[in-house]
Amino acid sequence: MNVTRRDFMKISGVTVAGATLSQLGFDLTPVHAYATELRIKGAKEITSVCCYCSVGCGQIVHTSGGKIINLEGDPDQPTSEGALCAKGAGAFELVTNPQRLTKVMYRAPRSAKWEMKSWDWALNEIAKRIKKSRDKSFTEKNAKDEVVNRCNGIAGIGSAHINNEEGWLYQKLLRSLGLVYLEFEARL
Amino acid sequence: MTNSWTDIGVSDCVLIMGSNAAENHPVAMKWILRAQDKGAKIISVDPRFTRTSAKADIYAPLRSGTDIAFLGGMIKYILDKDLIFKDYVVNYTNAAFIVNPKYDFKDGLFSGYNPDKRAYDKALWAIEKDEKGIPKKDPTLQHERCVYQLMKKHYTRYDLDTVSSITGTPKEDLIKVYEAVAATGKPDKACTMLYAMGWTQHTVGTQNIRAASMIQLLLGNIGVAGGGVQALRGESNVQGITDHAMLFHIIPGYNPAPRAVDVSLAKYNEKYTPKTADPQSVNWPQHRPKYIASYLKSMYGANATKDNEFGYQWLPKLDVGQDASFLFMFDEMLKGKFSGFICLGMNPACSMPNANQAREALSKLDWMVDIDIFENETSSFWKGPGMDPKKIKTEVFLLPASMYVEREGSISDSARTAQWRYKAINPPGDAKDDGQIVHELYMKVKALYEKEKGKFPDPIVKLKWDYAVGGKVDPHLVAKEINGYWLEDKTIGDKTYKKGTLVSAFPLLQADGSTSCGNWIYCASYTDDGNMMARRDKTPVATANIFPKWAWAWPVNRRILYNRASVDLQGNPWDPKRAVIKWDAVAKKWVGDVPDGPPPPLGLEGGKLPFIMKPDGVASIFGLGLGDGPFPEHYEPLECPIEKNPLSSQRINPTTALFKEYKFATCDPKFPFVATTYRVTEHWQTGLMTRYLSLQVEAEPQMFVELSEELAALRGIKNGEWVLVSSQRGKVEAVAIVTKRWKPFKIAGQTIHEIGLPWCYGWLIPKDGGESTNLLTPTIGDANTAIPEYKAFMVNVGKLPPKKAAPKGKGR
Repeated sequence: MNVTRRDFMKISGVTVAGATLSQLGFDLTPVHAYATELRIKGAKEITSVCCYCSVGCGQIVHTSGGKIINLEGDPDQPTSEGALCAKGAGAFELVTNPQRLTKVMYRAPRSAKWEMKSWDWALNEIAKRIKKSRDKSFTEKNAKDEVVNRCNGIAGIGSAHINNEEGWLYQKLLRSLGLVYLEFEARL
Repeated sequence: MTNSWTDIGVSDCVLIMGSNAAENHPVAMKWILRAQDKGAKIISVDPRFTRTSAKADIYAPLRSGTDIAFLGGMIKYILDKDLIFKDYVVNYTNAAFIVNPKYDFKDGLFSGYNPDKRAYDKALWAIEKDEKGIPKKDPTLQHERCVYQLMKKHYTRYDLDTVSSITGTPKEDLIKVYEAVAATGKPDKACTMLYAMGWTQHTVGTQNIRAASMIQLLLGNIGVAGGGVQALRGESNVQGITDHAMLFHIIPGYNPAPRAVDVSLAKYNEKYTPKTADPQSVNWPQHRPKYIASYLKSMYGANATKDNEFGYQWLPKLDVGQDASFLFMFDEMLKGKFSGFICLGMNPACSMPNANQAREALSKLDWMVDIDIFENETSSFWKGPGMDPKKIKTEVFLLPASMYVEREGSISDSARTAQWRYKAINPPGDAKDDGQIVHELYMKVKALYEKEKGKFPDPIVKLKWDYAVGGKVDPHLVAKEINGYWLEDKTIGDKTYKKGTLVSAFPLLQADGSTSCGNWIYCASYTDDGNMMARRDKTPVATANIFPKWAWAWPVNRRILYNRASVDLQGNPWDPKRAVIKWDAVAKKWVGDVPDGPPPPLGLEGGKLPFIMKPDGVASIFGLGLGDGPFPEHYEPLECPIEKNPLSSQRINPTTALFKEYKFATCDPKFPFVATTYRVTEHWQTGLMTRYLSLQVEAEPQMFVELSEELAALRGIKNGEWVLVSSQRGKVEAVAIVTKRWKPFKIAGQTIHEIGLPWCYGWLIPKDGGESTNLLTPTIGDANTAIPEYKAFMVNVGKLPPKKAAPKGKGR
């Protein structure tokens, strides 16, 4: 009987031996013994899709104790069938990378360095600047006296990496502010 | 993509041109090679012999920027040898349409050209209509002004000698490629064309794709499994975010962004809603007003009413003719027009062409918000090479974002398929989800406007924004908003839809404000039956090798677009072995993939034409949608190695916007070599998400330039030594890779050398990895989309000046 890879991974999470396994039709004791040694034993598993190109290869991420302990291809995904290219296969190093930005940083005018700040401070300061730039540059009518209701002084760009839901919210925010200079990677 | 990744596996012929799929979409090679195992011909046309070429059955080199010459020659070959799929062409395309007598083409220009405006009056290209308003046709394709004959006339000049002289492709290679592709003009043969930036990043980019579409229509390869014109997109969710319109010229679902002359919702709808007089044409865009009204309801909720045009006046308007795309945006930024800039998950300091100018433009801002997972060349432009922080006033807020495995939501791949992703862990430290940052920013700005008033606060304070639960954005609430709701009880026919329920598909959306929908093409993605994007059923439609129960594709889960063209007039597949849909004459419905609309096949009573998004119901071989001509014509890149375009007096695309203050060099002896840019598997785009990874950097540690053995000998360059590559705009250092993969081209009797560089490096990391190749590229873009011409420009390459020591990075 064929044990699919997904079944194998499910089995490896099972800590009860014997009766349940023999229902599958053959003696899995040696398999089970091996599986209990796997680093993904007892791990939580989620499915995702690779963050690089747009083939949409499936990925499985295993976590344990709040940490990612494994990332690999999803054999059930019909396009990739478990395969990943060098980038997708190396994504474990991306999702656990120690050089990630973890703090809000601010660069003051003419400064040569970053300063650490809080979210509250940063979002308040940014909101103030958005309002100031928008109020200063807001154009109700253009040179031809046509109603345009747009904010000329701010541009917003990004991103091909964010989820659909976030992207829709982002365009909603920028359009509500009256921006017309909106762009992202599709055109670059 | 018109088709999918997996149905490539049932193709008879795969043309990979303007793409290096093996290196940039590696897992897609699985399906290309499976097709090859079954006997399909794999063709690689590329200026360089790539890893895709190494797997191909046929390889043909061509000089960067000459794809239209190559494809125009293919059109001539197909027409001369009469290899078209006649039934398909006559019934499903506008090949039989008669064009008005004012249409003409002479010496590189179509009729109606205004040289001051650099634009055409397209009225001179109009199709002749009869007294009912239906296009006049000659189904025998003989009329001298029918599209078919005009096309034949247009491509007479693209004979093998001329094409070979322009492209540098040996004649025998042209014939091999043409023969293999043209053989798929039979009903039981299909060719698919895979392309990427090699076709789009040119001043004639859009017309490159038009040429491919024309060929596929002539051969009957659109709408069939193993066929199609397939854009291999570059980022995990570039498709989705394009759909949701983070672009200046559209609003979600490919509706036009309103302009200043569209003074009311009624005027907007009138202008942008096409009409047809042909009763056999579905003309689906006639429903646009329903999608606009529903979008406005999703934007402004209960504040959008019939009395205020659903909030239409709150949407900002572009001026007529205003282009706010990247090239123009950064040009304005350089001139100090913006005080603020929000940059989310992008690195324009390395991705903008003429990157020195882009970096300088950032220094003119008062403030910038950069939202990212790593420090990057954009966030930190002020401490980059050549920058003096003391002279730069730009405030920068660098906000730490979460990664894809740290939040839930959907992304859409190149095959329009939205797949749901789950959350594995929380983001580290203070990092926050991008959607959460957008939410909190909106709440702060809204609070300021409520408290302090200010300019025109309504569009901000009256925005519908109820997606957070306990302060945290719930992506399911947003996904449902995008799908759309019934806002009141509505009875249609014998069915009543209840207020608060999700709309099940976009044919049900209304123009009267009773429905909301954030993006009509995503309607049906999240319904009362559940989150369709999270489905994991692998049951295929085996003949087409598509998987309609895995996740969800737009529109309405149709996997192969234009599939009504995959059947004959009775609804029987042209090729039953490769059936996509089939008309069941007994049950009176379609089986297989979701059909392009339920109406019967064209030849039956009540039958409809197959291309339902076109007002005329047929595909355009003669195309009126583009600004630079109804037929693709070869023009040279802005910076090119020959003084004259061999085909006409128009050296470059006559409608491309020119940026007169920027430096260009063409036929300049200081920059005698053609350069192109490309990618490597281990790095990705600007490299920001791979340059921080030791494994990827170990495989590809630094900037390199690939050049032919002949050019290396000419310049005395040895394999592995650091060299300098320079253009009119900048210089980069790179390790020389002397290779047989590049060969000089014979162009119009001269020997032209071409070189190639990756663009995945930047000064920030790794140390001595090299700078961005975009310091070299020109500020010019496609005539229709303004995507920059990264793929063909002029450079010089030579040894490093003696005073400068080579960087310490090891060469190969």
